[in-house]
Amino acid sequence: MREIEFDEVVKAVKNLISYSGSNLPQDSVDAIKKAMEEEKSPVAQEVLRQILENADIASSESRPLCQDTGLAVFFVKVGEDMKIKGGLLRDAINKGTAEAYEESYLRASTCHPFTRANLKETEGYNLPAIIHFDLVAGDKLDIEYAAKGGGSENVSRATVLPPAAGKEGVIQFVKDTVSNGGGNPCPPLTVGVGIGGTFERAAISSKHALFRDIGSVNSDPEMAELEGVILEELNRLGIGAMGMGGTKTVLGVHIESNPCHIASLPVSVNIQCHSSRHSHITI
Amino acid sequence: MSQTYNLTTPLSEADVKQLKAGDIVNLTGVLYTARDAAHKRIVDLIAEGKDLPFDLNGAVVYFVGPTPPKPGEPIGSAGPTTSYRMDSYSPTLIQHGLRGMIGKGKRNEAVKEACKKDGAVYFGATGGAGALLGKRIKSSEVIAYPELGPEAIRKIEVENFPVTVINDTFGADLYQQGREQYEVK
Repeated sequence: MREIEFDEVVKAVKNLISYSGSNLPQDSVDAIKKAMEEEKSPVAQEVLRQILENADIASSESRPLCQDTGLAVFFVKVGEDMKIKGGLLRDAINKGTAEAYEESYLRASTCHPFTRANLKETEGYNLPAIIHFDLVAGDKLDIEYAAKGGGSENVSRATVLPPAAGKEGVIQFVKDTVSNGGGNPCPPLTVGVGIGGTFERAAISSKHALFRDIGSVNSDPEMAELEGVILEELNRLGIGAMGMGGTKTVLGVHIESNPCHIASLPVSVNIQCHSSRHSHITI
Repeated sequence: MSQTYNLTTPLSEADVKQLKAGDIVNLTGVLYTARDAAHKRIVDLIAEGKDLPFDLNGAVVYFVGPTPPKPGEPIGSAGPTTSYRMDSYSPTLIQHGLRGMIGKGKRNEAVKEACKKDGAVYFGATGGAGALLGKRIKSSEVIAYPELGPEAIRKIEVENFPVTVINDTFGADLYQQGREQYEVK
């Protein structure tokens, strides 16, 4: 049984968060540059130029890319042949989150659902983190982190379609979701689509799909084709960068699909803003 | 065709009446930051006929909840937040002299109507450009409701703060116009 020190996990989590706060991943930068070259609207082009300039400033001056530094979302794969020495894994992730957000001058955004009271004094700075654990073979610990802002979560949607709705039903639901969101979720977007599974599996898959590099090809040829069809449909909506009208509303559509019940076709759409702060480490 | 203007706050009626949806404006001068909670308090003070924390005449409010400043800096990253949460309050402020609002995302019909009737403009700033926009803020001072934390009212001074006209005083809406222009049916 391999042992990993509690403090090593805390340190790794802190690095993921502080780096992500001010460094836009290369796949996003490349996709936004390409969108700027291809965009037909001059107003939207100027927005894309500002987004790229913002990324340069954030990275060179270590400033947060966006003031909404998100809830801290983690997908953690725990090898069954490892254990944490000196504490609990969940505690290590939460400790790293609180320390990184406070020390890197990121915003504490967790609050009580009704009183809206900020939880930084009671739960801890930007705690609790949202953590999805999975058990896998081996002795490694794999941590994926995303800073998920409120604007893009607010327009995300999940439903369970009748099986007869099929691919057409899925395409329509994704289109309606992106159309209704308009400029609010800060396009250009990445659109995560979870298909199949159960109600919650579809939602979790739609969020996890956002970790894939923009521009990468789905390993399932059927889903790769569907991603292409949906991407084209979405860019016909005309929403454009920040909703100001344009031909580049969506940078990528990422599907994760699962087997599902004979009676259901669950589908979930998780919207990601252009400030797609995702990072990953294997310990 | 989109025009570019350099304007200094407070804004006059003539300043805002020349602007059209899609125009780019570089704002210089004082802005006041306020989100939902602060708006509610201002509207309550107006209803009670009491003094307000700042003069609404010609004022521009910025819907923002910035990150904490690093030591020695006036403010952290400071991009716009989604504006519809202020829709129920904005018409009252406009009626009492407000000339401009900066945020992101659609406004409702009541806000657009108030812009048209009383001469105010809704500007969009680039969401997610918090580092770029934060750098255009030269000073920041909490002038009311410090207990609201990031939602307190701040008086901030900006230089060449880049915004785009979304709703003008003629009833136009860039979100609708732009989308109609580029939608492929």
